[in-house]
Amino acid sequence: MNIPTNLQYLKSHEYLRLEGDIATVGITDFAQDQLGDVVFVELPAVGKVLKQGDNAAVVESVKTASDIYSPVSGEVIEVNSSLIEEPENINADPYGKGFLFKVRISSQPTGLLDAAAYQEVAESEA
Amino acid sequence: MNDHLELLRTPLYHRHLERKARMVEFGGWEMPVQYSGVIQEHLAVRERAGMFDVSHMGEFMISGSQALEFLQFSTVNDVSKLKPGRAHYNMLPNSSGGLVDDIYVYCLGLNRYLMVVNASNIEKDFNHLWGLKNDFDVNLENQSEHWALIAVQGPATQTLLELHCTEVLSARKKNSVFDTTLFGYSVCMARTGYTGEDGFEIFCAPIDAPDLWDKLLGLKIEPSGLGARDTLRLEAGYPLYGHEWSDNTNPLETNLKWAVKEYKEFVGRDAMVNAEKTRALVGIQVLGRGIPREGYPVKLAGRVVGHCTSGTMSPSLKLGIALAYVEIDLEMGTRVDLEIRGMDVSAQIVEAVFVSRNAPGQ
Repeated sequence: MNIPTNLQYLKSHEYLRLEGDIATVGITDFAQDQLGDVVFVELPAVGKVLKQGDNAAVVESVKTASDIYSPVSGEVIEVNSSLIEEPENINADPYGKGFLFKVRISSQPTGLLDAAAYQEVAESEA
Repeated sequence: MNDHLELLRTPLYHRHLERKARMVEFGGWEMPVQYSGVIQEHLAVRERAGMFDVSHMGEFMISGSQALEFLQFSTVNDVSKLKPGRAHYNMLPNSSGGLVDDIYVYCLGLNRYLMVVNASNIEKDFNHLWGLKNDFDVNLENQSEHWALIAVQGPATQTLLELHCTEVLSARKKNSVFDTTLFGYSVCMARTGYTGEDGFEIFCAPIDAPDLWDKLLGLKIEPSGLGARDTLRLEAGYPLYGHEWSDNTNPLETNLKWAVKEYKEFVGRDAMVNAEKTRALVGIQVLGRGIPREGYPVKLAGRVVGHCTSGTMSPSLKLGIALAYVEIDLEMGTRVDLEIRGMDVSAQIVEAVFVSRNAPGQ
């Protein structure tokens, strides 16, 4: 299970990569593995203002639909529209080509997990 | 994994763990939901061959001088039409015209029948049948623990198994059942299944199941889990107990009403036949973007006219499909909206068969 140490996490299996005031959001390697084949993604509109914890996107596998929560507050500045045609990129490369959206943060996120803490969460659910 | 402690396990449990299957609770059993991935397993069954551990399903042996009369009374299909070596789809009705379970009945010989029931309903079905059998000279035995069951499904199944079986499989038509030897093991085989593909179900001794499973793996038959089993049956339009079927379901409102033979006497027949039919089980094909799921409303001009009972992204068709109960007067082809998370997505009412090469025989 790949849990990069340079990212921050939510218990609900989203990751956040913070570079300056730009945050990249996606689901973790553990989450994509648990979901199985991803076949559908619903992304937020560019320009949408999210609060930390808001329901921001939906990722669907063959069997089930999962709500994706924003780990951070701010404005959506980019969505990964390649996922509309190639949702399987979430399975193949969750931290790269399979990211969901990017946010310009309006405040520093609080209460996120580091890699070690997230690993404990994932292991308890495995 | 604490909540798995009380779950039942099939003789193939360790085989599933060795292949790193994802295990889930299903009807009180710990079962594989997928091995390599639902889509790969699904397509293997449609294109070549896959196999499922369905040992969790229940098997009842029904024998005695009035076994046929007992089954005629306790089921909806006409068991008198079954000759030894033949099987059919059937249902256990309740006294109010609803459904206890949907089942398969195999005629093994004169007044000797094997009934296969859903895993989650074994106890309920057995108690129900036990309560009906007083008036009949019949032996009813729950043999569920005596049988492991492997379903091999897909267009290449006959060719793959033929070389290793003492039976000439090409001579065995759909819905036939026979004793034979497969890889040297004594088994009972039936040309049945619930995927919409040709295939065989192999009843064997639990102790022989792991080695048979390994032999089948050696033929490159794809081990497939409950996830693919669900998408396959949904594409074929087959109802599943707990979704399309319940105690209150009137079978005459579904696409499997052909199995109900109204001309014979059976438990709850009058209630079933006389009940007002207000809805029909249909297929829903999504025309826009979106995947239907159980419970999603089906709307016509803003008015809710039904609800989905099962839905998925069809791996074969690459679009959203569902089974739904809708108002009975809606015609095939009607454009409707499917409400997905508060948004209306365009969809169409279709016959409840999305992919079919091998519909259940009558």
